[in-house]
Amino acid sequence: MIDQLKIDFEKILKKSDFSKNDINFKRDQLNKFIENGFPNRKLENWKFLDIDQIIKKNIGELSFYNDYSVTNKIDTSILINGLEHNKIIFINGRIEKIDFAYEDKSSIEIFDDVEVENKINNENSLLYLNSALSNKYYKILIKKNYILKKPLIIYHFTSDKMKSKNINLRLDFKLEQNSSLRLIDFFNDTSDKNFLNILYNFDLDEDSSLKNYKIDKSLNKNLKYSFNNIEQKKNSISETFIFSAGSNYFKNEINCNLKGQYSSAFVNGIFSLKDSQKHEIRTTINHLVKNTKSYQLIKSVLGKNSKAAYQGRIYVDSQAQKTDGYQLSKAILLDETSEFNAKPELEIYADDVKCSHGSASGSLNENSIFYIMSRGLNYQQSKELLINGFILDVVEKITDSEIKNLIKNMIGLKE
Amino acid sequence: MDTREKDIEKLKDYKYGFTTDIENIKAPKGLNENVIKFISNIKKEPQWMLDFRLKAYERLKLLKEPNWQKPKYPKIEYQDLYYYSAPKSMKDKPKSLDELDPKLLETYKKLGIPLQEQARLNGIAVDAVFDSVSVATTFKGELTKHGIIFCSMSEAIQKHPELVKKYLGTVIPITDHFFATLNSAVFTDGSFVYIPEGVKCPMELSTYFRINASETGQFERTLIIADKGSYVSYLEGCTAPMRDENQLHAANVELIALDNAEIKYSTVQNWYPGDENGKGGIYNFVTKRGLCKGKNSKISWTQVETGSAITWKYPSCILKGDNSIGEFYSIAITNNYQKADTGTKMIHLGKNTKSKIISKGISAGNSDMTYRGLVDINSKAKNSSNYTQCDSLLMGNKCGAHTVPYIKNKNFESNIAHEATTSKISEEQLHYCQQRGLNSEEAVGLIVNGFCKEVLQQLPMEFAVEAQKLVGISLEGSVG
Repeated sequence: MIDQLKIDFEKILKKSDFSKNDINFKRDQLNKFIENGFPNRKLENWKFLDIDQIIKKNIGELSFYNDYSVTNKIDTSILINGLEHNKIIFINGRIEKIDFAYEDKSSIEIFDDVEVENKINNENSLLYLNSALSNKYYKILIKKNYILKKPLIIYHFTSDKMKSKNINLRLDFKLEQNSSLRLIDFFNDTSDKNFLNILYNFDLDEDSSLKNYKIDKSLNKNLKYSFNNIEQKKNSISETFIFSAGSNYFKNEINCNLKGQYSSAFVNGIFSLKDSQKHEIRTTINHLVKNTKSYQLIKSVLGKNSKAAYQGRIYVDSQAQKTDGYQLSKAILLDETSEFNAKPELEIYADDVKCSHGSASGSLNENSIFYIMSRGLNYQQSKELLINGFILDVVEKITDSEIKNLIKNMIGLKE
Repeated sequence: MDTREKDIEKLKDYKYGFTTDIENIKAPKGLNENVIKFISNIKKEPQWMLDFRLKAYERLKLLKEPNWQKPKYPKIEYQDLYYYSAPKSMKDKPKSLDELDPKLLETYKKLGIPLQEQARLNGIAVDAVFDSVSVATTFKGELTKHGIIFCSMSEAIQKHPELVKKYLGTVIPITDHFFATLNSAVFTDGSFVYIPEGVKCPMELSTYFRINASETGQFERTLIIADKGSYVSYLEGCTAPMRDENQLHAANVELIALDNAEIKYSTVQNWYPGDENGKGGIYNFVTKRGLCKGKNSKISWTQVETGSAITWKYPSCILKGDNSIGEFYSIAITNNYQKADTGTKMIHLGKNTKSKIISKGISAGNSDMTYRGLVDINSKAKNSSNYTQCDSLLMGNKCGAHTVPYIKNKNFESNIAHEATTSKISEEQLHYCQQRGLNSEEAVGLIVNGFCKEVLQQLPMEFAVEAQKLVGISLEGSVG
């Protein structure tokens, strides 16, 4: 694998026009990746689902070469209708379009010539891989007091010409004081057996607000890894919603640093899995100063042969008095072959805090099914009704009503 | 100073911090085959036992010390330790209590367990382990009448080799982790209990462990077998003298419950925790594991952990038999620079198995406490259920409290519920108590005891009182 990786890396460099500094940085990151390799189960973070094994089993030999000089055609039929939105279209590893048609152009700045750097303090070899191989990365700046009128949808497309490829994307967002961004990640794949590695970095200044919705719904055989790093200043709010259902493997990592007082972070997630799908959400919320708040709710519905894992970590620094932290994970196992693993972790160094977590897993309650059936529904309908209600609970946590309705329609939930 | 304060003053220092001047026989320093042979030889062990040890030692050479735990500690020089230390007078084993070295007896008196008195009054059978060897076992007569075997491990190896051979190492195999394997290679003594079929043990069985000699590690091994339909309640207490260097205690405890049997294992661990600056103290790295082998069997662990510089242990239950039950009740208190990483593992293999975990952690001063637990429901463990509750209480912002549960559910007909909270004693609670005439120390004591109530209730009467006092003493000086 390593020889292939080195050859592909040189090929990418030849075809692209990175600056000298960038090339040096990329080389350094590549070496770090080679040193560590793909993470495996020996690392605590990858204990439940071992990406090294999963790649070997699902893809076999990965190819890292991506021709960034060829443009891809945009298939407009897959764009979301019925909701006016700004778009970033990302196809096969290339950003093809950035379109803020509905916004005031002077309030948004897009940089594409920034030098890459790795601010994220994380010993994660997939991040090294991302930095080494991703194309030019963009930085989007939302200026002071600007609230985006329409949500921004990032379309993640892969076409069927991609096979056994590693695709990397990196985007940085900076939200200046009192600005606000609603961001939807929409995954749609017509390819299979690729490994997507997505890295976002968000800088939230005072009073800003970020809402990120990740929707992975359409069934596909790709493997995906997404890492969100969120840095929050005073009074800022971040809300992350994850609908994890489509890919063969999907791991979402949220790393959130609450560095300003009264900042808060919300993470809500749904796993809806079947047929050998393996998904994971891992969150790390670092409460670093006084009066910060975090809330997490993860619900899973697990069908045949599927496996879900949730690793939630709340860290409370000794400075972070008056922290309010909460985590809840619930799972319904529908089949004898489904499996749910959880590791809700609290690491607390301050005494005046309110932190708790809960985790429950089991099957659907037969009594509840009986209750509904006695009112005239059949067994299957009763089951569906209960599951819908179970999931709806998470969707209702979405604070933006426009997007809430969009998501409800997408995943076919009725009220 | 009123009398209460004087009492506190007295208690503030580690009450069990005295040493006893007794001539010791020690094995040569270090860990090698000869030392193991020395230990085996001095204990006149049969060849199979020596083979067991040497096999473990071979295995040990391949193993690395684990380092994933939260409390880190300076490297232990295993070659600088004495692996065997016994009071000289034990060489020719005393036949009865009257022949024991008076100094030894005095030590136990200071610890609060005068053996002779216990034999007469308490009705608790005590096996006392001093450094490396078992000193005396009381109440033999009464127990033999019921066919119960309660003796030191060395004696069991001599007298009941068939039982030891059959069960030793079946729950904690010699291929286990580093410290367990180290114990398998060099264990010196410990308790052995066998309860025959259908017998309900008429009294509480108890062991008292004490590390006296310096630079020694204590490696005891306990094996409890409850045959079909039997019941036993077993208590364990620990102390050590105050010393500047850290001492290692790596024990293995194996419990085996056959059909319809029940074992209740209670520990009050009060090893020397080090002084208020974190100097000295015991490293308590213990492997405790119970196997519910038979149908309808039950194993219940109760522990009160107040001592040791570092506590690192996870009493576990393997629920193999159908309908078997595993329970774990724990109070862990850390103060000053103590560190604890403790919890349990519940491994559900049989059908309709149930487990319950109640863990209460209290940290004060500069200490660090971690609850780490595993609940694993296997795909064949139909209709199993687990309930876990772990609460932490913090006093001050220099200490830490952590919860790291691992929850694995592979069976869709089984339920797992887990809850955890972390909080501090609220001003309202304190105010309420103080309003009713308690001073702040008493108020905290009362609230903490209430916090721990669910676990304290599980302890046998005599221990519950001691444990309650211990809870108070351990937190002395951490409030206000």
